[in-house]
Amino acid sequence: MGMTEPPQQHYLELSENPVQFEHASSVNNVFFDEANKQVFAVRSGGATGVVVKGPDDKSSVAFRMDDKGEVKCIKFSIGNKILAVQRTSKSVDFINFIPDYPHTEFSQECKTKNANVLGFCWTNWNEIVFITDQGIEFYQVFPDKRSLKLLKNQSINVNWYQYCPETAVILLSTTVQGNILQPFAFRNGTMSKMSKFEIELPVIPKPAKLSLSERDIAMATIYGQLYVMYLKHHSRTANSPSAEVVLYHLPREGACKKSHVLKLNTTGKFALNIVDNLVVVHHQSSQTSLIFDINLKEPDCAVNTHQPVLPARSIHPYRMPLAGPAVVPSQPPVPCQLYSSSWSVFQPDIIISASEGYLWYLQVKLHPTVNLLQDKGKLMDFLLRRRDCKMVILSVCSQSTLPVVATVFDKLNQVYKEYLEAEQSYTVAMESGPSRGSAAQKRPVRTQAVIDQSDMYTHVLSSFTERKEVSHKFVIAVLMEYIRSLNQHQITVQHYLYELVIKTLVQHNLFYMLHQFLQYHVLSDSKPLACLLLSLESTYPPAHQLSLDMLKRLSTANDEIVEVLLSKQQVLGALRFIRSVGGHDNVSARKFLDAARQTGDQMLFYTVFRSFQQRNQRLRGSPAFNPGENKPRVHSPDGKLYQNHRKLMKPTIGGLKI
Amino acid sequence: MLMISPRMASAMQEKQYTPSLLSFFIYNPTFGPREGEEEKKILFYHPSDIEKNEKIRNVGLCEAIVQFTRTFCPTKPAKSLHTQKNRQFFFEPEDNFWIVMVVRNPMIEKPNKDGKPPTIEYQEEEILDTVYGAVVRQCYSMYKLFNGTFGRAMEAGGVELLTQKLEKFFYRYLQTLHLQSCDLLDVFGGISFFPLDKMTYLKIQSFVNRVEESLSLIKYTAFLYNDQLIWSGLEQDDMRILYKYLTTSLFPRHSEPELAGRDSPLRPEVAGNLLHYGRFLTGPTNLKDPEAKFRFPKIFVTAEDGYEELHLIVYKAMSAAACFMISASVELTRDFCEQLDGLVGPQLTLLASDICEQFTINRRISGPEKEPQFKFIYFNHMNLAEKSTIHMRKTASVCLTSVHPDLMKILGDINCDFARVDEDEEIIVKAMTDYWVVGKKSDQRELYVILNQKNANLIEVNEEVKRLCATQFNNIFFLD
Repeated sequence: MGMTEPPQQHYLELSENPVQFEHASSVNNVFFDEANKQVFAVRSGGATGVVVKGPDDKSSVAFRMDDKGEVKCIKFSIGNKILAVQRTSKSVDFINFIPDYPHTEFSQECKTKNANVLGFCWTNWNEIVFITDQGIEFYQVFPDKRSLKLLKNQSINVNWYQYCPETAVILLSTTVQGNILQPFAFRNGTMSKMSKFEIELPVIPKPAKLSLSERDIAMATIYGQLYVMYLKHHSRTANSPSAEVVLYHLPREGACKKSHVLKLNTTGKFALNIVDNLVVVHHQSSQTSLIFDINLKEPDCAVNTHQPVLPARSIHPYRMPLAGPAVVPSQPPVPCQLYSSSWSVFQPDIIISASEGYLWYLQVKLHPTVNLLQDKGKLMDFLLRRRDCKMVILSVCSQSTLPVVATVFDKLNQVYKEYLEAEQSYTVAMESGPSRGSAAQKRPVRTQAVIDQSDMYTHVLSSFTERKEVSHKFVIAVLMEYIRSLNQHQITVQHYLYELVIKTLVQHNLFYMLHQFLQYHVLSDSKPLACLLLSLESTYPPAHQLSLDMLKRLSTANDEIVEVLLSKQQVLGALRFIRSVGGHDNVSARKFLDAARQTGDQMLFYTVFRSFQQRNQRLRGSPAFNPGENKPRVHSPDGKLYQNHRKLMKPTIGGLKI
Repeated sequence: MLMISPRMASAMQEKQYTPSLLSFFIYNPTFGPREGEEEKKILFYHPSDIEKNEKIRNVGLCEAIVQFTRTFCPTKPAKSLHTQKNRQFFFEPEDNFWIVMVVRNPMIEKPNKDGKPPTIEYQEEEILDTVYGAVVRQCYSMYKLFNGTFGRAMEAGGVELLTQKLEKFFYRYLQTLHLQSCDLLDVFGGISFFPLDKMTYLKIQSFVNRVEESLSLIKYTAFLYNDQLIWSGLEQDDMRILYKYLTTSLFPRHSEPELAGRDSPLRPEVAGNLLHYGRFLTGPTNLKDPEAKFRFPKIFVTAEDGYEELHLIVYKAMSAAACFMISASVELTRDFCEQLDGLVGPQLTLLASDICEQFTINRRISGPEKEPQFKFIYFNHMNLAEKSTIHMRKTASVCLTSVHPDLMKILGDINCDFARVDEDEEIIVKAMTDYWVVGKKSDQRELYVILNQKNANLIEVNEEVKRLCATQFNNIFFLD
């Protein structure tokens, strides 16, 4: 590692703006509240100050409180309304932080006799759960009355507990070995017992003793589902050569199930984080981390067994700016020791160094994954599930071989199509009115994984077609592959993509190729496309025919067809056409007569003129043109000439020329 | 369909002779300008067993006619010479190189009573200049496809090499000329395109692009199905002649043994774990044969700077054929062929069955009218697309039509009329045999329809053709 490792291979990094706080010392105790993600720095039991730092400035508070003994646990209720402080193993003290409410502390002893309070969790701004070694007690706090009311309690032997604030689920370790886990869920003043489950221990100790450590269990939501993660260490007796993480899926209702096994392929000390729905496993001795995506299918493995998505890499090196008033600007930042033993890891994505006074969020960097994951199909599956994936995905599109590009396009368009369909059905549901039955219809969320044609055009295709080092053959192949993929997913192709195809073909004089594409309707008919073709006529004459055909198929472009024919001085053709589509009665005679006059062909002019006279006769009973309307600005030509021509126009026997 | 010519019906014992090739020769007057050196002008002469002096005489005559007519119109010398017994066609494809084809007029032999020799009646007006003029041009194009220009042979090895090449090529090629079945389609020299839906077409595109990417030696690809073109990476004019070669020579040669059930080439090959039906139509017949030769025919196509020489690999799986063209400067190895076979074989097999399936679905959708009862020929000058319901399947030896030659002649005549003017027009002819023949020209398209409606009048025929256009050609701009 270190020097030999190429740059840009670190796919994990610490957030650039960490939360800084006064580091832990003999006079300063540091606490972390996972629910509000607040760090409490308590100096001298609070007498010389408590500084609370949250993820943003709003949640930061500083205050003093009386030193009534060593603080064991300190947490704000949601919204910083009430502060709870545990100083003894029997009771918890409360201080109101709501303005206009009495500020004097009040206290609540646990109800169960002889029980020791292990800790407490806020489940709402005024609801709190005490966890004792003999069970849990669920209280409602009345700050105005400075009292608590027991809502519910449950007796159960508890070794330790864990709390997942996102889902308000408390997990209790029970029984002597500690491997029977009992979850409770809290919501709006109610407490519900979920089904308990057993963690399979690698070895059953004899005599029985507490064998499941709090450190080896973590709770987190991954892809919207609650999981209990168990770090199963390698044991010499059982035949598991390396450690693994076992995921238990904890549904709101129903039994908990062992659902995924993540193979770590090594042993030692580990810590877990969840970032962007990825399970991150930090390995202290090698100072590297692994990531797992439980939704990534692994064809080579047994069901739901996962290998790391990427090779192990350390977190990107981090330099700490020197804090405090003594900072000298010229002083360089100090490299931070990663994977330090003083690090504490919290769910989902928090790493705290109490000794240095830093709280970081762990982040995934997607760009380095492109080179680390050779299987581009798998890479795409991986990237599509990530939050900030768009630019990375787009960067993959133009740097692969054709079959890979095809796979990538298909995967992208699959997601794109699903989004379009969801959007469509949402629109339909909205238009049909908010019926009570389908009130649950939500507007589909557009994630970064939805990469539409304009994204592809702007970020990939348009710049790609201009790259000199790429052969035009490949450029066209990629464009066609994208159009194929869109068609395969029944997505309407946007005009600008066709325009790009045409532009590229024309640039390289590949007119015959263009002709063939149009012949097979690969470039779908549209007025703009037909107009574009017309503009190509001077360099490629057949474009004229292609354009007219297209206008004909559109069947809404009869006026355009007439204009095109007239511009080519095909006046009779235009006239016959407008008659064949039944537009003769409403058409402007002037246009035709002007065009006929321009040809300088008197017989042609006469024919057109007569044709309109006949029309007028039929429509209004008179050959005269309506004054003001469509009146031709021409002098009546010589009548004698017409007579002769009328004779000529009679059909001849045998062969008739029209 | 049985066709009875009115003339044949009147005299059953008459014997009719179709037009046939009398002679075919190529000369260059600048090669033997002095008296006594005339023989040097002659580069090729068929039939070869003609006496030398007669050859010289015939060439001299042609030279004289061309020279003579040039005085009237220096830019357009004579193209053909009509005589009672035969017709001669002159074509100058390259400066001073002349190709002459002499065709014997069709004739009727009427037996005479009393043992007198039969009377021969030549039908001088029955053959069309446009048709046979096109045949001569095609002969040259085909030579050029496989050998490059005459000038190229001259540069490479002088007259000697050129005469060798001409001998080698035309000796075989002239045997495949079937002058009796030449018609309007030879004038067009069109390409029949396979009708296909967009999605399947895009799949073929994708296939072609991927093969060209992984086998980067391949410079151009053409894709055909059922002897009809779907994709051409070659330019139009090159594709036109290559298509002619493929559909009239290469494919029929290979389909006939298939039909006859000989040496059953349709045994699937196994590449990796994929079954496929791919095989080479040019080059090695059996890849596994240790003696197999990896030589492919070479063709010449136009390039930015003149022409380029290419290997022509034709590879077929079921009804799908792909032509891969590779620069002739590269030597093709067994390795490459195996790689191509392994890559293309399975994909092409899959694609062939996809196309077949899609085609059947489309046929079912297009519904009851199935094959139109109209007999027509359609040609578009812009993309050389041709479609004929008059012609049966082409084979190596004959091109069958389902209408009487008289009617084909009328079509040819109408075509000549069209060629004379630029404007769109329509010609309706009532043939002697109750048939109506309609020719329409709209922009660059020509359509010829033959209707068999005995009592129809002009208006009804006109309506009928309109209906045909509305059903068969509704997706193109075709003026009524």
